[in-house]
Amino acid sequence: MRLDKCYFCSSTLYPGHGIQFVRNDCKIFKFCRSKCHKAFKKKRNPRRSRWTKAFRKAAGKDLAVDPSFEFEKRRNVPVKYDRELWSNTVKAMQRISEIKTKRQNQFILNRLKKGKELRKEADKREIEKHIHLIKSPAARSAKLEKKMVEVIEEDDDERMEEEI
Amino acid sequence: MSHYNFKKITVVPTAKDFVDIVLSKTQRKTPTVVHKHYKISRIRQFYTRKVKFSQQTFHDKLSQIISDFPKLEDVHPFYADLMNVLYDKDHFKLALGQINTARHLIDNVAKDYVRLMKYADSLYRCKQLKKAALGRMCTIMKRQKQSLEYLEQVRQHLSRLPSIDPNTRTLLICGFPNVGKSSFINKITRADVEVQPYAFTTKSLFVGHTDYKYLRWQVVDTPGILDHSLEERNTIEMQAITALAHLRAAVIYVMDVSEQCGHSIEQQVALFKNIKPLFANKPLIVCVNKIDILKIEDLPEDKRDLVKSFEEEEIPLMTMSTLTEEGVSELRNEACDRLLAHRVETKIKTKKVNDIANRLHVAVPQKRDKKERPAFIPEAVMKKRQAMEIEKEKRKLERDIELEEGDDYVLDLRKTWDLPKPEEKYDVIPEIWEGHNVADFIDPDIMKKLDELEKEEELREKAGYYDNYDSDDDDEEVQEMRKTASRIREKRQLITLESGEKRRIQRPRVPRTAKKIDVKQMEESMEELGVEMDGSDETHYNRLRSRSASKVALKRKREPSEPRSKSRARSASKPPRDQSGVRDETMAKKAKKIGRNAQKSFNMDARKGEADRRVLDMKPKHLFSGKRKMGKTDRR
Repeated sequence: MRLDKCYFCSSTLYPGHGIQFVRNDCKIFKFCRSKCHKAFKKKRNPRRSRWTKAFRKAAGKDLAVDPSFEFEKRRNVPVKYDRELWSNTVKAMQRISEIKTKRQNQFILNRLKKGKELRKEADKREIEKHIHLIKSPAARSAKLEKKMVEVIEEDDDERMEEEI
Repeated sequence: MSHYNFKKITVVPTAKDFVDIVLSKTQRKTPTVVHKHYKISRIRQFYTRKVKFSQQTFHDKLSQIISDFPKLEDVHPFYADLMNVLYDKDHFKLALGQINTARHLIDNVAKDYVRLMKYADSLYRCKQLKKAALGRMCTIMKRQKQSLEYLEQVRQHLSRLPSIDPNTRTLLICGFPNVGKSSFINKITRADVEVQPYAFTTKSLFVGHTDYKYLRWQVVDTPGILDHSLEERNTIEMQAITALAHLRAAVIYVMDVSEQCGHSIEQQVALFKNIKPLFANKPLIVCVNKIDILKIEDLPEDKRDLVKSFEEEEIPLMTMSTLTEEGVSELRNEACDRLLAHRVETKIKTKKVNDIANRLHVAVPQKRDKKERPAFIPEAVMKKRQAMEIEKEKRKLERDIELEEGDDYVLDLRKTWDLPKPEEKYDVIPEIWEGHNVADFIDPDIMKKLDELEKEEELREKAGYYDNYDSDDDDEEVQEMRKTASRIREKRQLITLESGEKRRIQRPRVPRTAKKIDVKQMEESMEELGVEMDGSDETHYNRLRSRSASKVALKRKREPSEPRSKSRARSASKPPRDQSGVRDETMAKKAKKIGRNAQKSFNMDARKGEADRRVLDMKPKHLFSGKRKMGKTDRR
């Protein structure tokens, strides 16, 4: 038993699911559901359909290059069964997937940082340009007034002290 | 090689049918309408055609019959003789000859009547002549009734004759009636000859085919022969004699030792002696049948001697029993071998054989000395061979185990697994983990690589790669700013919505400056914008505009007025159009500029402008309808 990846969206294909297409040049295409199969029949490019893993990787939405990806691949090297190696591998798989998810999450966070910056800039510009819509230039805010009053009072105190 | 097939002879109709066929054909295939007022040549031609046509049809049909039947001189002598025996040569020839004569007679009749037709002078005469001609032809045919009937019978019999090829490899079976000839042919071929326990069950020749040495062998079964002189033989026996005389075949003379056929061994031997001349130049085998009833050894001495006498004449004697099939195939093989040898021998005797024999040469290398030179086998190979032979103890196969255990057997493939630690053979091997194939991760160096990854991870953590603390998030100022910005955006959106709403209504638009401003509304909005509106009673906008301060009308430019005479029209005093209604020079200039600008877009697109000549109706009705008489094209 083996879990395969969908040709179109790269999701995991569990046994008993999906459909398989063998082209006349013997290339095998597996699809996880009819949506992917239909998209393939319509000659859609998975890199250009926004909902596929291929798109997300190609467009820089997801982490694409990382050493943690190097562990999972078909090596095509026959290895004899060894209990220790297998148990080690299963343990390692857990750790690797931990690290991988962590890195992927961090990648997305980093990617989103830029947007935050831009939004801040935009806010600034908005305020500079259109503040008059919510606040008249003639307005004297209560806060400002208060501050000014305090300052004046302080001044008065100082003056009074000086005078004294 | 001619192959005889008498099955394709066309059917010979009876005399009556013959006449009917020809007359109806004439009726069908020739014109039927003629009138007496036609020109006589046309009438003559009409009837001549009928006569000629029926003559031609008779002629064709008769010729067909004559050519279809085989000519006794042309066919193989075997067939010629057979037909003589079966149908009587003279009778056959006579019948065909009569048909031929009839054909000639019909031709002559037709010729005569066509000639006579030339002298006929009316439709009636022509018709009578035609009638006479056809009548005579039919009479001639009627006279052939018997020959036609005979020929039809011959045709039917011929078509049912077995297709014997006289030149091929043939085994011929002969002997007294009821000695087991037909049983023998039934045993070695697929021919289904009737076998009955009485004499003359077989009344004609039968053919079967058998395979031996990858060759096809024709086996001919003949009716039984009785022992008397040739003249006394009947038709059935004569068929056998004909076959014996003309077919170049291996002859199997079948004898019945048990004498159940009703003829003693002495009689059978006598018959053999009688027809012996027919066996000349042919391979011959005497076969003793029915040995399941009586063996040769059990015969009384004198009879045994009779049988044994064949061997003295160097005629091979074989025994068989068609009932138990003992010796049947041996007999066939022996006969076939002898015939083959005989045929080769005769062929070699012919002249042609030299041409082929000259070209043939079989090379046999001669030994140079008497030393043995066996193939060389290296010692290592020999050892290996011996070792293999010793090691021949049979491995226990899975199949053996299965047989041993019976129903409890379960195929165990793992027991042959070659693992470094044999105790791990029956481990449950994990295949998948959370959507990943374990096999894809299997790598002998996985722990080393994982360590590297862990180290890298540690470094990253130390370097603060995963620190996501954002100082700006908690900053009060930034939050304030974000709030303000969102409020501004909201406000803007409201404004745009409102303006869109307003514009949708198709109504003359009043400029903002011309609108009356509600004081209260203004105050509210200003308060909303943060302007403190207390003490607004003293503001200037609250004061009403005094009536006295009403606006003084602006002065217009006065045009110089000229005194005009009463008789003159007033228009002379009018200023040019581009100057009228403008206050001063600057205004005029401005107006002109505006006018030019308004025209600009038209000019840019090369469209029609205000100043262009305007034709309202390119095709006025009155100029394009009605008749033009005198005058110009554009006047009507």
